[in-house]
Amino acid sequence: MTQTSTPITNKDTDKPNIIEVRNFDFAYGDSQALFDINMDIKEKEVTAFIGPSGCGKSTFLRCFNRMNDLIDIAKIKGGEIKISDVNIYDKDVDVIELRKHVGMVFQKSNPFPKSIYDNIAYGLRIQGVKKKSVLDEVVEECLRGAALWDEVKDRLNQSALGMSGGQQQRLCIARALAVKPKILLMDEPCSALDPIATAKVEELIHELKKDYTIVIVTHNMQQAARVSDKTAFFYIGKLIEFDKTDDIFMNPKDPQTEAYISGRFG
Amino acid sequence: MNRHFHHELQDLRSKLILIAEKANEAGRLAVEGFLTSDMEKTQRAIELDDEIDALEIAIDRASVRYITLRSPVSSDVRLIFVAIKASHDLERAGDEAHAIAKKTRNILTRDGSIKMTVEIEAMSILAFDMMKDAINCFLEEDLNVAESIMARDKEVDRLNKENFKNLSAALRDGGIDPTTHIETIFISKSIERIADHAKNLAEEVIYLLTGE
Repeated sequence: MTQTSTPITNKDTDKPNIIEVRNFDFAYGDSQALFDINMDIKEKEVTAFIGPSGCGKSTFLRCFNRMNDLIDIAKIKGGEIKISDVNIYDKDVDVIELRKHVGMVFQKSNPFPKSIYDNIAYGLRIQGVKKKSVLDEVVEECLRGAALWDEVKDRLNQSALGMSGGQQQRLCIARALAVKPKILLMDEPCSALDPIATAKVEELIHELKKDYTIVIVTHNMQQAARVSDKTAFFYIGKLIEFDKTDDIFMNPKDPQTEAYISGRFG
Repeated sequence: MNRHFHHELQDLRSKLILIAEKANEAGRLAVEGFLTSDMEKTQRAIELDDEIDALEIAIDRASVRYITLRSPVSSDVRLIFVAIKASHDLERAGDEAHAIAKKTRNILTRDGSIKMTVEIEAMSILAFDMMKDAINCFLEEDLNVAESIMARDKEVDRLNKENFKNLSAALRDGGIDPTTHIETIFISKSIERIADHAKNLAEEVIYLLTGE
């Protein structure tokens, strides 16, 4: 469906909306970066954002856990983003609490310079969890959830910095899982990984969607095609088209989407 | 590493096996209907055509979807192209079975029974063995069987020419209904075409297994 100011309701599945975006405008200083975005994201689906550099896809992703609050000139110009029916830009929203529910994995893996175990346990310890049996249980659960347990179970106390790039990225995913988020945001999680490590992360994404809602920004269109249920195409701050991934890649409605995915852009 | 979408290739193989079995079944029923003047088998062969057509469309769609979304390479991409080509051959074989059955129905409706079967039985045994072997060599990835299928096609061609010669001679002699003879010539030609499609299928399996 081509994007208009009419809300996108995604009526094709029975799953409830977990994220609802309405008439969302966003700017860096005087430069508007996102224009009148409307989008519904379903629970426990993978939604991919694609588009050329500077189209606003990462900016939009970072709006879901208010990461843009860290940029002084960033400003919401209008509209709202609701997560589980709460407007996340309301004055009384606790941003720390929000980020517990909306975890994030970045382009470059960023494990803490600590042991593998401590990387996972870190978030829980900050929350005041001290009991070792609880921490042990969560560490194992998260490493299993990130398909990493078998590879690292015998070296949990070794530095995370000694792991391969692909393992470090999956460790960051495991770390994000430790605080039990509902949503995982992934900003180009595989762009620094080799094809095998990329395939492992993609398979992990496929497994994780049984329990989590995932929104992924990727420059790799084949990756969006392989891993996502829905795909959104952005261009110069506008949501051009948002639909089932099958439809976006096999029969897009908008000629701009067709031009981008077929490499005839620019 | 197994990817979550690899089962889609297995589904594609299953669909291909199913269309092959249905095309073979349609051909067998059509020829049996002709040889035994059996209207019920003839009718069943006609009805199978829609199922075969629907499977060909499903295989085409699944193949295009896999190419678009899964970026296949090497033997995976060969399987996709073989699926597209083989399903087309099998759909055409199904069309030939449909044509045999419709002509048989015409003859049975007009004449009550089939009186002149020429070499149809011998041809059909060869053609359906070729088709069965083509399906098996796809299932078992057996290159030797695939190559043996090619050789047998010549014998089917020879029998078809013999049928044409005998039926043409009978037409020239006169005293019989030319329509039935012409329809029998077309039936013989349809069986010869089914053998051609079996040969194509074998060539596609060779390409799948060797890339050549």
